[in-house]
Amino acid sequence: MSSDANLPIKKPEGEIKLETHDLSLYYDGFHALKNISVYIPARRITALIGPSGCGKSSFLRCFNRMNDLIQSARVTGEVLIDGANVYDRTTDVAALRKRVGMVFQTPNPFPMSIYDNVAYGPRLHGIRERSALDEVVEKSLRGAALWDEVKDTLRKSALDLSGGQQQRLSIARVLAVEPEVLLMDEPCSALDPTATFKIEELMIELMENYTIVIVTHNMYQASRVSQYTGFFLLGDLIEYGDTVQIFENPKDQRTDDYVRGRFG
Amino acid sequence: MSALPRTSPKVSQAVAFALLWIAAVVVIVPVAAILAIMLLKGGKGLSWELISSVEEGLLPAIAGTAALVALTALISAPFGIAAAVYLSEYARAGTLVRLIRLAIVNLAGVPSVVYGLFGLALFVTLLQLGRCLLAAACTMALLVLPLVITASEEALRQVPRRLREASLALGATRWQTIRKVVLPNALPGIITGLILSVGRAAGETAPILFTGAFYGLTHPFPRSLGDPFVALTYKLFVDATEFPHVEEAEKWATAAVLVALVVAMNLAAAVFRARLRRARRW
Repeated sequence: MSSDANLPIKKPEGEIKLETHDLSLYYDGFHALKNISVYIPARRITALIGPSGCGKSSFLRCFNRMNDLIQSARVTGEVLIDGANVYDRTTDVAALRKRVGMVFQTPNPFPMSIYDNVAYGPRLHGIRERSALDEVVEKSLRGAALWDEVKDTLRKSALDLSGGQQQRLSIARVLAVEPEVLLMDEPCSALDPTATFKIEELMIELMENYTIVIVTHNMYQASRVSQYTGFFLLGDLIEYGDTVQIFENPKDQRTDDYVRGRFG
Repeated sequence: MSALPRTSPKVSQAVAFALLWIAAVVVIVPVAAILAIMLLKGGKGLSWELISSVEEGLLPAIAGTAALVALTALISAPFGIAAAVYLSEYARAGTLVRLIRLAIVNLAGVPSVVYGLFGLALFVTLLQLGRCLLAAACTMALLVLPLVITASEEALRQVPRRLREASLALGATRWQTIRKVVLPNALPGIITGLILSVGRAAGETAPILFTGAFYGLTHPFPRSLGDPFVALTYKLFVDATEFPHVEEAEKWATAAVLVALVVAMNLAAAVFRARLRRARRW
């Protein structure tokens, strides 16, 4: 077991959806992500774990360029989706974010009806006909396992839903723009165990069609839902690999300490 | 450390609270005094006759003030809101933004009589609008612009960041996000701020003094934007300074009507805001 140098990243088997090469992120002078290189497999769940402030959320936000919103943030290196660099000057950021959807830590429904929340994305992207919108809304709500609970109250305010329902609505809203990748930034941290369980079940269902990357504080969640896990510490990706291996047989002492709950 | 005897923390707290309480209560005194004196002295001058009469009463001045306020709102709103959207949603910190903010702060600090002279030079003379409602409203719009910008920016800031992020993450452009999420949610706050800001226009005299207000008009009501008008503040100013024969009670009554008008506007804004607050949670 070594703990000085980071281990070389092994490329997972099968189709690769996302990859980074030598990715660094700076907030002004602060080096928040340090030369991260990683391969994220398609139609699998990849979990990013690590203590608060380790850079895992910042890393997640590189894939849909949400870090662009932070004025002091600067990125070097490459982030690839299907082999094309996300940070290329010619990238259409709005189109990228349509392909790479994001679910946030706290449910963030718009103060509109349930229906309008889900239809928001499709309307942005030019769908106008009523029947087409109805169809997308139903399909997305079904996909997020929320349809049965809200099908009779689609016109009601989304703010009347419970926290867990709001988070599934956020997922439905993302599904409605038909992304290829789902980024989930601690999607269950504001939810109770029952709602968390529902979201986890849903993620496993969604894995069939989507590449999912989830940031989580909860190591049990990571081990329950993911096939691959990356462990971050102070801006370094310490170890990345098969979830079972990371949790049962970590190669780095620091990973071992973290997954056994010795710090964090 | 100190040679003074130590007072107990409880005593010093009591003294501090007492002083703070007095300072807060002192604020009420001038307001109450103004209202009391105004109603005492103007009470017997107040009558429906005074308010509704065209020749002898205040109706032309009330109408003029209302027209001035409405037109000021109409002119200052698009510029003020657009500037606020730029500053809060688009601008990145830099020299330009610092310059704009400096300009806003300074604009807010310019004495109103200077606005009056500036309006006279720019709108009345240079742009040849003449002394009229439009020139006065343009001048007044400049005066309230910093207030409108500041209030609108505040309202835009109240829209939670997570709503913007949600929209952008769905592939919306920044402009789509502003149009569909930020502005609709900030609008109640913007309108409230606008009403409070243009309330200033009802109460100012100097900016309209040289730009459009007249006394003894042949047409008491302006028939177009190009007509001169009379406003409550202006009438009060002229009555008080140039017509010693006008009854004291009538002057105070005019003042009471003016204050009532401004208070009514502020009240309307407050009620509007409270109702929208109740309707919205995010």
